[in-house]
Amino acid sequence: MFDLKDLYQEVIVDHNRSPRNFGALEDADRVIEGYNPLCGDKLNLYVKFDDERISDVKFDGSGCAISVASASLMTEALKGKTKADAERIFNDFHELLTARDMPIAAEVEKLDKLAALAGVRDYPTRIKCATLCWHTLHSALEGKDEPVTTE
Amino acid sequence: MNQPVDSTAAELLGGNRPALDVERVRADFPILHQEVRGKPLAYFDNAATSQKPAKVIETVDHYYRALNSNIHRGVHYLSEQATSAYENAREAQRRFINAESTREIVFVRGATEAINLIVQSWGRSQLKAGDEVIISEMEHHSNIVPWQMLRDQIGIELKVIPINDAGELQLDIYEELLNERTKLVAINHLSNALGTVNPVKSIIDQAHEAGALVLVDGAQAVPHTPVDVQALGCDFYVYSGHKLFGPTGIGVLYGREDLLEAMPPYQGGGDMIKMVKLDRTIYNDLPYKFEAGTPHIAGGIGLGAAVEYVEDIGLEAIAAYEHDLLEYATEQALTVEGLKLIGTAQNKASILSFIMDGVHPHDLGTIVDSEGIAIRTGHHCAMPVMDHFGVPATARASFAFYNTHAEIDRLIAALKHAHEVLA
Repeated sequence: MFDLKDLYQEVIVDHNRSPRNFGALEDADRVIEGYNPLCGDKLNLYVKFDDERISDVKFDGSGCAISVASASLMTEALKGKTKADAERIFNDFHELLTARDMPIAAEVEKLDKLAALAGVRDYPTRIKCATLCWHTLHSALEGKDEPVTTE
Repeated sequence: MNQPVDSTAAELLGGNRPALDVERVRADFPILHQEVRGKPLAYFDNAATSQKPAKVIETVDHYYRALNSNIHRGVHYLSEQATSAYENAREAQRRFINAESTREIVFVRGATEAINLIVQSWGRSQLKAGDEVIISEMEHHSNIVPWQMLRDQIGIELKVIPINDAGELQLDIYEELLNERTKLVAINHLSNALGTVNPVKSIIDQAHEAGALVLVDGAQAVPHTPVDVQALGCDFYVYSGHKLFGPTGIGVLYGREDLLEAMPPYQGGGDMIKMVKLDRTIYNDLPYKFEAGTPHIAGGIGLGAAVEYVEDIGLEAIAAYEHDLLEYATEQALTVEGLKLIGTAQNKASILSFIMDGVHPHDLGTIVDSEGIAIRTGHHCAMPVMDHFGVPATARASFAFYNTHAEIDRLIAALKHAHEVLA
C-alpha cells in the first residue's frame, strides 16, 4: 500500500517551504542549468571549488516539492566534500531511489538526511524530480557547460 | 442536419434538456470499475485520452477473432468483410461530422498526423516564401511545430493570435492579422490546456472573406460538442480517435474534396496507387490517395463503433451533462484555499486547469493520485500557454460524460488535503 506520508516526510515539506542555500552564488566557479521537460522543473546550480573540494554550493529555480527539497538537502550534504565524495554520494543516493529490493535501513546510515527521499522509490514517475539536481551537479563536476535535462 | 454552430453549451440545453443516465453509461466502461491505490478509480484525464466503452473493445476484439484480413485487395470472403467494415466506419465518420462525401474522410494515425499531412502536402505545394499562416497562442504543439518546420523549409511567415488573461483569443488582433498574404488559419476548436471553446464559425467566415482557408483542430472538441463541417464551412477538420472513446493510432482528416483532389500524396506506397510502372505512377482516387500502406484496420472499425456509441447517447445530451459537471467543479474548486483557475473563458467545456499557491502541480498530481484520482499535470503540450500565464505547469482535470458529482467531491477533498500538507 502506498502511504503518502512516506513520500512527503516532514523533512521534505520543511526543505520545500524553506529551502537551504537558496539563491545565486556571486563568485561561483560553475553555474549550470538543470531542466526537467516532463514537469517544467528548472534549477540553476552554483558551485564554488577550493581545488578538489566543494567550498560552497547554492541553487535557485522552481520545481515541485520533491525537486526543491532534494536540491536543498543536496547542497547541505555537499559543502566541504571533495568531488570524489560528491560522486560517491550521488551513486548511493541513486541506488536508494532505484534499487527497490535494497532495505532502506542500510542506505539511511550512508546517506543521513538524504534518506528522507527514500519514499520516492515507490513513485517511479517522480524519481527524475529527486535526481535532477544531482544530474546537474554531475555535469558541473565534469566541467560541462550545456544545460542538463532529465530526458 | 440542423447543427448548432458556435453555440455555448448553455444554449445547447435549450428548453428541453435531454437526459443522460450516468450510471447506465458508466456500466458501459469496464475500466472504470476498479480500484487504484486501494481507492475506486476516478478518471479525470480525458483530454489526454478517453476510456473505451465495451462496444469499442468488443468490436476490435471481434475484428481480430473473426474478420482479420487485409482490405481493398483480396477477393476472398474475409477480405470483403473486413473491407466493408472499414468502409462502413469511414461512412460513420462522414455522418458524424456531416461531411458531404466519404471521399473527404481520410483515415490517419491521429490529429497530429492529419496536421502534418496538410502542412507537408497542401502547404508545400500551395505556399511560397512570404505567404502567411495564422495560428494562435493556445495551440497544442501539434498545431505549432509542423508549421514552424514548414516555415524553415520554404520561408512562410507564421503569425500568432494572442490570448487574453481569461484564455480567450484576442479576436480584434486576429482581424488585424488577416491580409491578402494570409493563406490559411490553423486554429483549435477547444483548447486542451484552457478549456476555451473558440468561435470557429466566425473565425472561418472572416478568414474566407480575406481569401484564406481554415484548418480546425478538433481533437478536443469532437468528444464534447456536435460538429458539422458543412455548417462551419471549414476547409480542413482533424481529430483523433482515442480522445473520442475509440482506439489509439487512428484519426480522421476531413478535407474539402476540391482541396484534397489538388493536393499531392503525403506518403507513397501500396493502396494509394492505381497503376505503377517503373518510371511513373497513377495515384488512386480520394481518399485512398492519402492512405499508403496497410492502415490501422482494427482501429478504423473501432472508431466506427465509438462514433455510433456517442451518437446513441447524443452529443447534445453529453454537452448538457458535461456543462453541469464543469459548472459544479468550477464552483467547488473556488472553495479550495490557494487554488487559482487557469482559463476562465466565457465559453468553456470539459476542462478545469488550475494551480495552487505553494504547491507545485506535480505534487498535486501525486497527492490526488494516492486517492485513486487521475488528473494531468504538466504543460499539456501547450508550452506557450504556460508562458503566457507565467507558470511552468498546471494541474488539469478534464471531464467526460461518465464522470460524476461524487467523483468531483473526492477531487476537491484531495486538493484541500494537498493544501494542508504542502502549502
